[in-house]
Amino acid sequence: MLIFNGTVESIDWLTGQIAMLKVHAPEISDKILPGQFCNIKVSDNHFPLLRRPFSVSDIDGEFIFFMFDIHGEGTKMLSEKKQGDKLDILGPLGNGFNLKTEYHTAVIVAGGIGAAPFPLLTKHLKNKKVISYLGARSSEMLVSYGLQNVIKSTDDGSEGFHGNILQLIESDGALLSADSPKIFACGPTPMLKAIQDYALKNNIPCDLSTECAMACGFGICQGCPVETVDGIYKLVCKDGPVFEASEVNL
Amino acid sequence: MSSVDLSVNVGPLKLKNPVLLASGTVGYGNEISEFLELSKIGGIVTKSISLLPRKGNPPQRIVETPSGMMNAIGLANVGLEIFIKEKIPFLKEVKSDIICNIAASSIEEYVECVKALNNEEAIKAFEINVSCPNVKEGGLIFGNDVSAVGRITEKVRAATDKPVIIKLSPNTASISRFAEVVKKEGGDIVSAINTLVGAAFDIWKKTPKIANVTGGLSGPAIKPVAIAKVLEISRKVDIPIIGIGGISSWQDAVEFMIAGASAFQLGTINFVNPKLGNDILTDLEDYCAKMGIENISDLTASYKI
Repeated sequence: MLIFNGTVESIDWLTGQIAMLKVHAPEISDKILPGQFCNIKVSDNHFPLLRRPFSVSDIDGEFIFFMFDIHGEGTKMLSEKKQGDKLDILGPLGNGFNLKTEYHTAVIVAGGIGAAPFPLLTKHLKNKKVISYLGARSSEMLVSYGLQNVIKSTDDGSEGFHGNILQLIESDGALLSADSPKIFACGPTPMLKAIQDYALKNNIPCDLSTECAMACGFGICQGCPVETVDGIYKLVCKDGPVFEASEVNL
Repeated sequence: MSSVDLSVNVGPLKLKNPVLLASGTVGYGNEISEFLELSKIGGIVTKSISLLPRKGNPPQRIVETPSGMMNAIGLANVGLEIFIKEKIPFLKEVKSDIICNIAASSIEEYVECVKALNNEEAIKAFEINVSCPNVKEGGLIFGNDVSAVGRITEKVRAATDKPVIIKLSPNTASISRFAEVVKKEGGDIVSAINTLVGAAFDIWKKTPKIANVTGGLSGPAIKPVAIAKVLEISRKVDIPIIGIGGISSWQDAVEFMIAGASAFQLGTINFVNPKLGNDILTDLEDYCAKMGIENISDLTASYKI
């Protein structure tokens, strides 16, 4: 992990609500694993004070990409960056997805902005069959950038299946009939919990990319605990953000 | 090479420079050592250690606030045994001077911890946390009780020859009364301030933003409060002070020293800029050179009021 100044190349709006930030970051662009994140300082003063964690969405040569929505003041300031602006980046952080286990079909389950880490993961899924379930509140939050074989759902029915992502998975059946599947999930905690229950019940290996408010991103503030099934706390930033479904109590 | 001498004597505690990293903001040094050289700074104040490991509070433990943050970590720590076996050796290896912060639920526990650690040569001093606002027993209850702080100081003093630092709470009417009692009972140094008690609500759910309901406010937001507390102690009690509270630049650090601090601790800023502890050294030298100050210790309590 490094602290360095990246240079903003562009911000493209993928939908009305979700943007993709492209940053020139040769310092780390060849060192990032799918599922890792960076902690970014969006201002050069004390407002906001803390860095903001963002999954690395994609890499193209010396450029790295971050997908984000405007969630509060920090992401609003990020959205106002211009080409050539310097961006104080700390990363890459966290463990990333476990790609070493045996499986044939990668089943991506992404809720809203939880799609962020999956374009990069998809690039690493060579020789695997890929199914991507993508769910959100409405079509404005659905981003299929960099995904393969996308099956969509929206809570309001504005695009794809009308219902939540678990209902989509259960009605669709592609996951249960898939050859030796492994689930990779990222999204809001209630969604992760539902996917975790589903994976455990059906005995499907499953990586959950979790989130939690954090200050430092590298283990010193102890602000982001997640309880394991053994009753101890691990840290989302350092031990995660990716945990096996059987490992944690969400 | 600059001719400025950055070394300081904080009472009996000799430091190569006044830069310390505050307890609870650097763990046990291993993570932050990827960003800075611990051997170059005055020392690291390790995460509060208790006799037995503590799991800490459930999430959410932190929330950002204007120019600051609140935390209720709940003194999560590895406990005395692992600290001695695993953490101290690492800090020795990177040649870091250690100030060991101790938290306890009883006076006996403080004493037991100090005795168990007293033979560790790498530990230069003990900082006694009598003021954590985020645990049910001990913590703030001690920190708000002058006679309890006096008794803890007395017993810890009797248990060690190493310098004893008492970390004071700002959540009290008169911090200088506590500094007075620390001095009277044989404490060598006070560090001030610990975090201020705060709370925040989610207005849509009407629930606290921190699971513990209240948390400790830190960061630049508390700096003026901390400077006022350091000044109060400096003007009323003859005891060395280590200043803490929202320092995020060399200018802030200088301000604390002018107000009465002999050394200072970087805290919350380590989460944002973990390199500051090293970067600040050159800036302090430059400032002293510009001001014609040969020994940085001449800055301490140099206020003109």
